[in-house]
Amino acid sequence: MCLVSDPTEISEEAVSAAVTAALTAISAAADSSALRAVRTEHAGDASPLARLNALMRTVPGDQKAAAGKLVGQARGRVGQALTIRETEIGEAEARAQLAAEAVDVTAAASAWRPGARHPLALLQERVADVFVGMGWEVAEGPELESEWFNFDALNFDEDHPARAMQDTFFVDPPEAHLVLRTHTSPVQLRALLSRELPVYVVAPGRVFRTDELDATHTPVFHQIEGIAVDKGLTMAHLRGTLDHFVKAMFGPEAKVRLRPNYFPFTEPSAELDLWHPTFKDGARWIEWGGCGMVNANVLRSAGIDPEVYSGFAFGVGVERALMFRNDVKDMHDMVEGDVRFSQQYGMTV
Amino acid sequence: MRVPLSWLGEFVDLAPGTTPEDVHAALVSVGLEEEEIHRFDLTGPIVVGEVLSIEPEAQTNGKTINWCQVRVSTGSTTDESNVEDIRGIVCGAHNFGVGDKVVVTLPGAVLPGPFPIAARKTYGHVSDGMIASARELGLGDEHDGILRLAALGLDAPVGTDALGLLGLDDSAVEINVTPDRGYAFSIRGVAREYAHATGATFRDPALAVVPAPSSIAFVVTIDDRAPIRDKIGASVFVTRAVRGVDPTRPSPAWLIARLKLAGIRSISLIVDVTNYVMIELGQPIHAYDLDALAGGITVRRAGKGEKLTTLDDVTRTLSGEDLLITDESGPIGLAGVMGGQTTEIGAGTTNVLVEAANFDPVSIARTARRHKLPSEASRRFERGVDPAVAAVAAARVVQLLVELAGGVADDLGSLHDATPAAQPIFLPAGFISGLIGLEYTRDEVRTSLAEIGASLKEIEGGLSVTAPSWRPDLTDKWTLAEEVARIVGYDRIPSVLPVAPPGRGLTRTQLLRRQVAQTLAAAGHTEVLAYPFVAEKANNLFGAPVGPTVPQMRVANPLDGEAPFLRTSMLPGLLQIAHRNRSRGLTDLAVFEQGQVFRPVAGVEYGSSVVPPGAVRPSARLEIELNAGIPPQPFSVGVVFTGNATRQQPGRPAVPAGWQDALTAVAQIALATGVAIQVRQGSHQAMHPGRTAELFVTTDAGATSVGYAGELLPAVARSFDLPAVVAVAEINLSVVFDRAGAELQAIPIRTMPAATQDLSLVVDTVVPAGEVLEAVIEGSGPLLDHAELVDDYRGAGIPSGRKSLTFALRFRAADRTLTAAEASDAKLAGVAVAAARFGATLRE
Repeated sequence: MCLVSDPTEISEEAVSAAVTAALTAISAAADSSALRAVRTEHAGDASPLARLNALMRTVPGDQKAAAGKLVGQARGRVGQALTIRETEIGEAEARAQLAAEAVDVTAAASAWRPGARHPLALLQERVADVFVGMGWEVAEGPELESEWFNFDALNFDEDHPARAMQDTFFVDPPEAHLVLRTHTSPVQLRALLSRELPVYVVAPGRVFRTDELDATHTPVFHQIEGIAVDKGLTMAHLRGTLDHFVKAMFGPEAKVRLRPNYFPFTEPSAELDLWHPTFKDGARWIEWGGCGMVNANVLRSAGIDPEVYSGFAFGVGVERALMFRNDVKDMHDMVEGDVRFSQQYGMTV
Repeated sequence: MRVPLSWLGEFVDLAPGTTPEDVHAALVSVGLEEEEIHRFDLTGPIVVGEVLSIEPEAQTNGKTINWCQVRVSTGSTTDESNVEDIRGIVCGAHNFGVGDKVVVTLPGAVLPGPFPIAARKTYGHVSDGMIASARELGLGDEHDGILRLAALGLDAPVGTDALGLLGLDDSAVEINVTPDRGYAFSIRGVAREYAHATGATFRDPALAVVPAPSSIAFVVTIDDRAPIRDKIGASVFVTRAVRGVDPTRPSPAWLIARLKLAGIRSISLIVDVTNYVMIELGQPIHAYDLDALAGGITVRRAGKGEKLTTLDDVTRTLSGEDLLITDESGPIGLAGVMGGQTTEIGAGTTNVLVEAANFDPVSIARTARRHKLPSEASRRFERGVDPAVAAVAAARVVQLLVELAGGVADDLGSLHDATPAAQPIFLPAGFISGLIGLEYTRDEVRTSLAEIGASLKEIEGGLSVTAPSWRPDLTDKWTLAEEVARIVGYDRIPSVLPVAPPGRGLTRTQLLRRQVAQTLAAAGHTEVLAYPFVAEKANNLFGAPVGPTVPQMRVANPLDGEAPFLRTSMLPGLLQIAHRNRSRGLTDLAVFEQGQVFRPVAGVEYGSSVVPPGAVRPSARLEIELNAGIPPQPFSVGVVFTGNATRQQPGRPAVPAGWQDALTAVAQIALATGVAIQVRQGSHQAMHPGRTAELFVTTDAGATSVGYAGELLPAVARSFDLPAVVAVAEINLSVVFDRAGAELQAIPIRTMPAATQDLSLVVDTVVPAGEVLEAVIEGSGPLLDHAELVDDYRGAGIPSGRKSLTFALRFRAADRTLTAAEASDAKLAGVAVAAARFGATLRE
């Protein structure tokens, strides 16, 4: 470094030399630590400019203003150059650090593993939400149920074929008349017995039949039942409810068709067919469930006068919905608990 | 029910070219669900041929074959392209002669199988077609020889299309008949429904036969001393006799073909005729060999232990509920289900007694079920047979036996009819429109009801409707509403969205169940749904912390005999699923299930011996009893981990799953429900003695155990074919949910500066860190803002058998900046409690 001999007076030459030396050193500084050293040497307390400034007290009074201006401007130039260089170096160093910190975002390690809901559970929740949005409530009941709730109260005669051993799981001893519910319909009765009229409820849940597991059957499956009992309810209200329901579930193009059928717990009764243009195998009608006007005997079982109140009810299969909606081909996939099945849905269905 | 189209067309007009698919579509619209379509699956050329010559040729294999010349076309004198056609055909059968008319399948024809016919070389000749047997044509089981037309009583010119001649060009639609519409188990009933659907004219076959008066000389006694549900077993019992039936007469081809399409095998002319009339009119018929009957017939219930050998050669021990047909020799038939052997129609039967009866549906259903004998007859009786058709059907059988079998109608017979008069139903004006939500005109209501056969009478305020005899299901105004709605068409019903009263949304429990599942899934667990059927020993192991047994419910008729019990715990099902996943190469698992478990209480007898009747609300007491008879079924959540919690990744080694994961899941469930779940060192017979936590929530009764979390005993894990380390957690959610939702008392947020201090305490290694932490918190008082365990150190500097626990503490006052001295005083107060409780000392 070119040292200037210790000045004895403030001269333009001395100031200029100090400034030149400082600016040269500033621009030569390569990083923030070098710049810190330059700052000490050329702008610190012992720097030439600081020493020149210290000579101010020796300057005669009439020259003080000019000398002060000379030294002040010089210190200002050096200070400004330091600030600019500091910003430059700071930015360059930040850029270099960020460049050095680059990672492969496609190879991120995580302490988290993805989980999933079962689509049958999610589908039941979706249906419930559609009805809750219409002001309905969600009702529930036990899976191991009294025969009265499962059959008698629902107008299944004691000699109805569905009550024979081959369809229904009984628990020991059979004389205790406890069954694994064969449908979610007993919840209808429980809702009617426990709630104030009018009643508008849906009941999703597990049901049981003695069918061996194969591609299209499973002894344990899920249904969603709906029942509304009020004054003046008609089959047109049933159709209106189903129309709204399928459009909410499957989009505005979905349609409902009712076909005459027989169920003990409804009269008139209908088969519920669903039409949709985008299901597998193209636009077509798919049998989805049963429905009808609540049988007068069911209302009587709940102590409701069928001459005053009327109601409608419907039930659909959840597994079946997953089959035609998501093209699930084999019931085994739904019941075996292979985590890959749930994981392809994640947390939405 | 299978309906041959040619038969249907006898009673209702089928438009030319009507296909089975058209018929299905029409029937579906009135509520008869479509099943399959049945055909003979034959295509021509299949023609009538005349055997001109037969040359027997002995073969080296010992058989003799016949080399035949068969004329299959006589040619035409006016059409030169149609010349006489004689084919050489090899035939292995010997039951025919020169001059016989036979059925020839020519090359190009296809028989059921499919079995295509081609000219082929065999036994040194080119066989240019085949002479067919009845079985090859799908007409029956007869394959002892070829089919001779004469054996069917047929003759037709050479070259005639045999498919049309034998009725093999017919097809049948199969429909599913719902239990309320027994009358649709007949061509008559289906034809009526087809007329409803299409508007075509219906001709009731029951009106076509006029029963001849009989002498009522045959003695029939109905003696039912044990009616089921107050119904006499037989309400109608008609008998007619036919004498001089020629037992050698064959069933005509059209009859065999129609029965075959209807799903019934041809047996003999007499039996075929009874089946034919049953299909046509829906009335099951039984035919007795009149000469084998001893005296008149008595219909009665069986005595206990009485026996009967039925037509299927099985000797059955009867129940007191079985309705019997008896003569002086004893039981001769199980009424409406199956006849007995002693009076069976045989090859030599010439005199026949025809029975057409109407039996109580419930009685027949119970007998058919009891003896596992569902038959065409029992299926019809169970669903209800038209009581008015019995006499007509008996007359129709007589007519056919006279026409086809050369019999002579005898005036011996009987007629018992105790059918109660039909009760008219009052149909108030406007009721149906009000129930369906569609304004039906007065005319639509009347026409629809008249069309289904009801008789109507105008009365004050509405109609008096008497249902037709074949519709026992029409019992009230609601059933009439369905008839009008379906005859007019369900597609006419408008769509009106009802407005439900404002709802309260999901209940807290319903929301919490969702939240638990969503939280566990988001935190990396996969939801599965297991069957709730388990083995007894799995319930005993997981259903209680100590053995040897746990109360549990057994399924009386399980599908899987290995797992007949209802689960008391979620874990056996989850462990089985874990094993299934591992066997498919999915080794790193975190699975959960939420659902009901079945927890009967020891000593309680569940269920009810009496089931109250339907259509009446049970008394409050009975309702309570019914509900008390149902075992508790709390909601439970189970979680199972095996393999790695996280797999190896760049810069991060695999982390094996273990007890901490189970406790993390517990913390996640606590977060999801908003209920604090306390963790205590615990023990459970299925679990690792040193790695088990018992879980508690605070209830009004104090700390209540709600489950366990930790690792399984390695031996238990191995018994499920799982690796030694399996972490599990199970929580009784019903108890947790009960505690949820107590309104939170919010603590004001303190904003003054905090003073943080670390605290290291030395305690015996067996002292749980969580309890030391609780002691410190308790002792430090209200200035303590937060405390957590940050280290557990054992080793150099700490005496053997002791450990050093380090806690990070944060102190803060509500109203001022704390001094270091205040914070230290508070800390030392915490130390004092830990020292008193666990002998904790400050680490030097």
